Amino acid sequence: MSKLKASSSELDLDRPNIEDYLPSGSSIHEPPHGKLRLRDLLDISPTLTEAAGAIVDDSFTRCFKSIPPEPWNWNIYLFPLWCMGVLVRYLILFPLRVIVLTVGWIIFLSCYIPVHLLLKGHDKLRKKLERCLVELICSFFVASWTGVVKYHGPRPSIRPKQVFVANHTSMIDFIILEQMTAFAVIMQKHPGWVGLLQSTILESVGCIWFNRSEAKDRGIVARKLREHVEGADNNPLLIFPEGTCVNNHYTVMFKKGAFELGSTVCPIAIKYNKIFVDAFWNSRKQSFTMHLLQLMTSWAVVCDVWYLEPQNLKPGETPIEFAERVRDIISVRAGLKKVPWDGYLKYSRPSPKHRERKQQSFAESVLRRLEEK
Amino acid sequence: MLGLKKMGNASSTLTQYDIEEVQEHCNNLFSQQEIVSLYQRFCQLDRNAKGFISADEFLSVPEFAMNPLSQRLLKMVDGLNFKDFVAFLSAFSAKASISQKIELIFKVYDSDCNGKVTFNDMVEVLRDLAGSFMSDQQREEVLSQVLREAGYTKESVLLLDDFIKVFEHANLRMEVEVSVD
Repeated sequence: MSKLKASSSELDLDRPNIEDYLPSGSSIHEPPHGKLRLRDLLDISPTLTEAAGAIVDDSFTRCFKSIPPEPWNWNIYLFPLWCMGVLVRYLILFPLRVIVLTVGWIIFLSCYIPVHLLLKGHDKLRKKLERCLVELICSFFVASWTGVVKYHGPRPSIRPKQVFVANHTSMIDFIILEQMTAFAVIMQKHPGWVGLLQSTILESVGCIWFNRSEAKDRGIVARKLREHVEGADNNPLLIFPEGTCVNNHYTVMFKKGAFELGSTVCPIAIKYNKIFVDAFWNSRKQSFTMHLLQLMTSWAVVCDVWYLEPQNLKPGETPIEFAERVRDIISVRAGLKKVPWDGYLKYSRPSPKHRERKQQSFAESVLRRLEEK
Repeated sequence: MLGLKKMGNASSTLTQYDIEEVQEHCNNLFSQQEIVSLYQRFCQLDRNAKGFISADEFLSVPEFAMNPLSQRLLKMVDGLNFKDFVAFLSAFSAKASISQKIELIFKVYDSDCNGKVTFNDMVEVLRDLAGSFMSDQQREEVLSQVLREAGYTKESVLLLDDFIKVFEHANLRMEVEVSVD
């Protein structure tokens, strides 16, 4: 079955094989030897222990757990200070930031609309201006949460046959990266005002949208991706191969789509400092608007961005191995732990294939031991 | 029962009384620290703060959903409140006695909870464990053979005492560590 999947030429963005990512000897129990006795057959303790272990703690849920910053208002001396901080943040900083953002939007729209409508004939110039404007509005967004962002390494350049991949914590990753370079991003289509921005403004920088649940979208996205990386003066392509937001302590499996394009892959590592606020966007608990409000009422969003050494597919390497190698590089740089899970398990149950593998090894061991005398 | 309504609320914390009550309920097999950790986990799994964890919420843990015995275990853990959740897990504590662990294994086999495990019960568990990789015939053959060798027949009904005898010298490793921070 996995053979079939691997050979399919279509870009499989949605349904990778967990098996391919798990180390082959994932079972902790050595296959037992010796003659099969009733006790051995009835002994379900390893399976039960695994189940109970998963109930008590599991690495998948940990990836999506938001970890709030340590409270520091815990004693009588600090509490008044904290209260003053709340007043400053909500009554002074927040209104100021709303003003900054509003001014940003006014400037942006009053330039963008004329540029978009009047420069229809001058595609090159229009593209260039639109690029600058998108970078500008993103800078305003970053300013609206007092983003303290340190960029390390060389800035991305526009050239064909390259794709940027980054770990994903929140949609603000995109804004933070976009303020430096107008990337074209592939992203989940969002509802509400974010969706409106996606389909109007961000489309002009070449962003590609898809719906996680729509199977036919996958083929379209795959085709658009290929076309995009071939184009010489297209904006550099940015992909978040995890496909979902993770809490910035872990990395989940990278989807292989970005690694099958035959392009150079430039890893970007993003690490947030939780000193003031947790930048993880838990899209199930919070709308993006609420997430932005949370950021805008905090002191600052502190983060580091590393543009890392570009990587190419090594001879004999499969796209999955390549993806894992890049994930390694990003995880090491940003200090994230790797877990072998597919982030889409947030939206779906694991395939029965994995259970079948356990059943197979159990059945084989029973049948083998039955023959031993 | 007193604190449990309140305890369903994720933002609240356990009082000393709550913890002691839960500890008593699980025969002191977990330390207070462990109970606090388990409570945090309980609240995390109980997404809507209903005060119990539904089958669907258990299955949202992929490692659990992939377990061959998950459907069977769900019947035992579905809808447990925090006290019973801890009591269920207490069999996996390092402090739990062997007989308590064997009792849990027995309960997993005894799906109709009548205190008896029949040949059929055992075949069904075997079906969960081996899936389609053993035929019905193979399962029955294997089981009747090992039963015969242990001095039982196909018609034997195994009680808890039989299970205790069967596992007498087995080296059961059934421990789950609750990490405390």
